[in-house]
Amino acid sequence: MFTWIHRFGSAPNVYRLSGVLAPWFGVSAALCIIIGLYLGLVVAPPDYEQGESYRIIYIHVPAAWMSMFAYVVMAVSSAIFLIWRLKVADAVAAAVAPIGAAFTAVALITGSFWGKPMWGTWWVWDARLTSELLLLFLYLGYMALRGALAAPGESSAPSTTAARGAAILAVVGVINIPIIHFSVEWWNTLHQPSTITRFDKPAMHISMLRPLLLMALGAQLLFFHNLTVRLRTGLLQRESRARWVRELAIAQSNTPPGDNTPGASSTVVPEKPEPSA
Amino acid sequence: MSIDAPSSGLLKGFGSVLRRDLLIGARSAGQWLNPLMFFVIVVSLFPLGIGPEPAQLAAIAPGVLWVSALLSMLLSLDSLFEQDRADGVLDQFVLGRTPLSVVVLAKVIAHWMLSGLPLLLLSPLLGLMLGLPVHALGTLGLALLPGTLTLSLIGAIGAALTVGLNRSGVLLSLLVLPLIVPVLIFGAGSVSAAAGGYETGAGLSLLLAMLMMALSLAPLATAAALRVGVASSEQS
Repeated sequence: MFTWIHRFGSAPNVYRLSGVLAPWFGVSAALCIIIGLYLGLVVAPPDYEQGESYRIIYIHVPAAWMSMFAYVVMAVSSAIFLIWRLKVADAVAAAVAPIGAAFTAVALITGSFWGKPMWGTWWVWDARLTSELLLLFLYLGYMALRGALAAPGESSAPSTTAARGAAILAVVGVINIPIIHFSVEWWNTLHQPSTITRFDKPAMHISMLRPLLLMALGAQLLFFHNLTVRLRTGLLQRESRARWVRELAIAQSNTPPGDNTPGASSTVVPEKPEPSA
Repeated sequence: MSIDAPSSGLLKGFGSVLRRDLLIGARSAGQWLNPLMFFVIVVSLFPLGIGPEPAQLAAIAPGVLWVSALLSMLLSLDSLFEQDRADGVLDQFVLGRTPLSVVVLAKVIAHWMLSGLPLLLLSPLLGLMLGLPVHALGTLGLALLPGTLTLSLIGAIGAALTVGLNRSGVLLSLLVLPLIVPVLIFGAGSVSAAAGGYETGAGLSLLLAMLMMALSLAPLATAAALRVGVASSEQS
């Protein structure tokens, strides 16, 4: 079982698999988002209370969902890395962090655009807004720690210190997130009980719900597309001295643009017998 | 240290680390006096920045006291493991017989006695200066006791992760501050409630619950982080 996981989770395997999956994720994400935006922005009726401005929900809510999903992915793969020392799991966590931070930032910014017409202000210290902001801080702290722990000279291959330190932080963070969430909720209800009447969600009409679900699926697929693409780059960077990367580079420089750059291929070719020996 | 009585060995190791850290602290007064002075100065800057209106000051006093206490404790956190790393004691802790998490717990408690406890003792005075009602001062102390200890425990994780880095202070606060938001919320919240004459039992219970959780989990995470840091300094 474990040998199978290790073989399956080896860097070249994951590199190949995510190379196969990435375009499928990308195309289906684009389809979902295009259809979802059309249904949401053009077909769906305006809201009886919020008029047209509710339509930002189609960006805002999927981004908010993905911001939390991404943190869970990051924490789970960090735990896998800490427990089984699976290097690919660390590569996944490193690839997820900026994607999650971006989704969090999108959720915050679109929420602020939504808040201006609805609540009359760009920002309120509402429980959800505050915990989303803290989530962004957690992402930024994770990325800052990873950057600081990486040895300054070798930016390509992150040291095990950076990987394990960041993984510990991610796991500590995920234990803390529920506590932060509930305490922020309690804090808000304690201090200002309903000065802001939040958008009281009625059971959504199907014509509004369908594009939302489609957009959520699109965001999910977009996440996986970004993840696979970033994972491939990350794996190439951190394994840049491994044999499979060299073989890959040789194979790529030999086949397609071989006639274009004769100088480059001629410098690579003499190295070819070396890895097989 | 006999093998058949490991618990007495644990206590011995715990006690000797605690004593050692307290001695070091007692002999270098700046280590615990400077954060305390920082606390006093930050608190006294608020009336200058906001205005001397007593009602306004009393309203923000719990938050000001708590935020200043957290910041001044953060100030002393980044030196928690730094000295030990520089003179090699940290390596001995990692290799030693006493489990690293027990050593960490002793160091954290020593840190708290040198930073949290003086804050706690000084806070009623500053509370009075900010116009906090006298009946809220007891709650302030009761809330700061578990709150600052929790902060020491969680902050130790951040200190262990950033050990050996240059200019780790800013990074440390970036890592630790989001994690201690619950402590701030319930700590300042129960002091405000006490000042307003409300029930404070719920907030204090939650603070104690967070302390229990931090007490049981944070030393393990700190020890794991320290092992990472020590292993990396061996390599280089």
